[in-house]
Amino acid sequence: MMKLKKNIPLIDQHDKYGFWGGKFGGSYIPETLKKPVDDLTKEFSKLRKNKNFIKKRDFYFNNYIGVPTRFIKLENLSKHLGGAQIWAKVVSDANGGAHKIYNATVHALLCKSMGKKYIVGDTGAGYAGKMLSMAAKKFGLKCKIFMGAKDIKRQKPNCDAMKKNGAEIVPVTTGSQTLVDAVSECMRYWVSNCDTTHMCVGSTVGPNIFVKICGWSTAQISRELKNQIKIQFKKIPKKIKLINCVGGGSSAYGFWSEFIDFPKSQIELIGVEAGGPKNSKLHAAPLSRGAKLGVLHGAASYVCQNNEGQINETESISAGLDYPGVSPIHCFLKDTKRARYTYATDEDALNAYKLVTKFEKLNPSLEPSHAFAEAIRIAPRLNKDTVIIVNSCGDAKKDRDILKKRLGKRI
Amino acid sequence: MINPINLAFKNAKEKKRPALLTYTVAGDNTKKKSLEILKSISKDIDICEIGFPHNTPIADGGQIQTSAYRALKNGLKISDVFQIVNDFKKTKNSKPVILMGYYNMIYQYGENNFIKKCKSSGVNGLIVVDLPWPENKGFAKKCKAKAISFVQLLSPTTSKERLKNIIKDSHDMIYYISMLSTTGGKLKVSPKQILNNYNKIKKIDPKKNCVIGFGITEKTIAKLRSADGLVVGSAICKEITRSLNNRQNPVTNVSKVVAKLRNKIS
Repeated sequence: MMKLKKNIPLIDQHDKYGFWGGKFGGSYIPETLKKPVDDLTKEFSKLRKNKNFIKKRDFYFNNYIGVPTRFIKLENLSKHLGGAQIWAKVVSDANGGAHKIYNATVHALLCKSMGKKYIVGDTGAGYAGKMLSMAAKKFGLKCKIFMGAKDIKRQKPNCDAMKKNGAEIVPVTTGSQTLVDAVSECMRYWVSNCDTTHMCVGSTVGPNIFVKICGWSTAQISRELKNQIKIQFKKIPKKIKLINCVGGGSSAYGFWSEFIDFPKSQIELIGVEAGGPKNSKLHAAPLSRGAKLGVLHGAASYVCQNNEGQINETESISAGLDYPGVSPIHCFLKDTKRARYTYATDEDALNAYKLVTKFEKLNPSLEPSHAFAEAIRIAPRLNKDTVIIVNSCGDAKKDRDILKKRLGKRI
Repeated sequence: MINPINLAFKNAKEKKRPALLTYTVAGDNTKKKSLEILKSISKDIDICEIGFPHNTPIADGGQIQTSAYRALKNGLKISDVFQIVNDFKKTKNSKPVILMGYYNMIYQYGENNFIKKCKSSGVNGLIVVDLPWPENKGFAKKCKAKAISFVQLLSPTTSKERLKNIIKDSHDMIYYISMLSTTGGKLKVSPKQILNNYNKIKKIDPKKNCVIGFGITEKTIAKLRSADGLVVGSAICKEITRSLNNRQNPVTNVSKVVAKLRNKIS
């Protein structure tokens, strides 16, 4: 039986081959990448114990990213729904407007310390790419971003930002031309250039080490939140629900990591995947819609795929969630029943966006709008002692064109 | 009885030339055409590698990706791959077959089922691009039990210690990736440098047949002829693409290319 351990970060609860729960994760990589992955693994395990490196990380988190991000009560929305109190952790306050900056900054620091001058990364919504281009600029690294051609069209503001930061955007025109293809192309580029180039995987996916580095970076979110909750409520309340959207799962892991050891009855973890358009058969919700275990981009996880093992195309209004796989650590949290996963459709997310922006001074992107959809759905049935906290992990500036098209000129 | 893969190397060695291995994608561009291509090039080659196409390949360059997408678009299924091998092996002039692909397809088929099906359709060896050593130990053992060679890959980044361990666990053939690249990249290291690394591998175990692949074309093949075997893949996939674009018959064009390759090393 699969079991979670206490007092050990989830990112470290894997076996010697890198599998969580004996079957999720691992490193399914071509031989050429074995060495760079091993080198990175050694470097990271050394640096995360190094006081100077931690100091450096904290310095940039404080002075560059601008932590802590706000923890606020959504009074009007709570009142309107008339049930549980709804709070938001406004992670989109972070420099650049989303949680992707944590992972990008850490990867840039790692790249520097390994003496590499080039950094490459993948991006879906464009936030991972934008943040990596920012961090690369900050630390004097040359940066290439791989992005699906379809995503380049629908997330133009972030592309503009990447270019402004001096990064080269490589459009990926294979397959569905979205995140899945961008990650493949980025890995292929790394296979050819791993001697001079560092690769940043934009979420808690990919070969084991990338899951760990990303999770270690975003864990900042829940460290802050734990303090903020204690200050706000004097102690940890008896009923908390932490709601987060899940694409690859980096913001969700970061939002939950400090709370995994708490009993489920006290702190419930709810992940919301992208259900896609209401009447479409395509979705990007491998956990909540029962996808089979498979291998994608170097790791075993639940993957949207056909019987033959070909990866399915996905469809979601949110480029950041539009991915057929999911982090192995979320598969582990699902199978150990510590977290509950559900999905919201495109329409649910848009409605949630409308409601949140109508009542609050908050502008969540389409990704966290999926999480708000679930909060809005369950809040009315709960009493006011229940504290729902939504991770508002991205800002909607990048979604300006989609929102205008779908909701009219009002935005 | 000597294993057909070893026999193929032995035959080539007797003729004082490297074994010629080709890589084509099963079902490119149709089931029928890909079988015809295999039949028509068989006389010039020693071993054929046949790719089972995957739609998210992480180590293939543009040419092979194009071939794989083309095959999948035409509806190719795993059962078709085995059928193609089966039909090819029934022909008079057939050669040993090594299937090459990504682990997820084997995983979904079931490791044991997959090996069983390989056996019954006449597959002689397997290359799994994203199942490196030591993670592949268990699967390699299962292959060996059914007399299917599991081909280990080595690359310029493989450390000396690792080389030794991998070679020790390898079967009849090992595959040296010539450079840091996806398949079909331009050769960015000198043939001399490649052969240097190759010789280091041979020194560890001279008896193991070692082939060199990645970036080998008509232009470069002759310079590498001292190896036990040479693999050409992307150059062939490219020829199929070119033929289709020019509305020519890929079967005749590819066999011409392969005949030329063979000529360069004979």
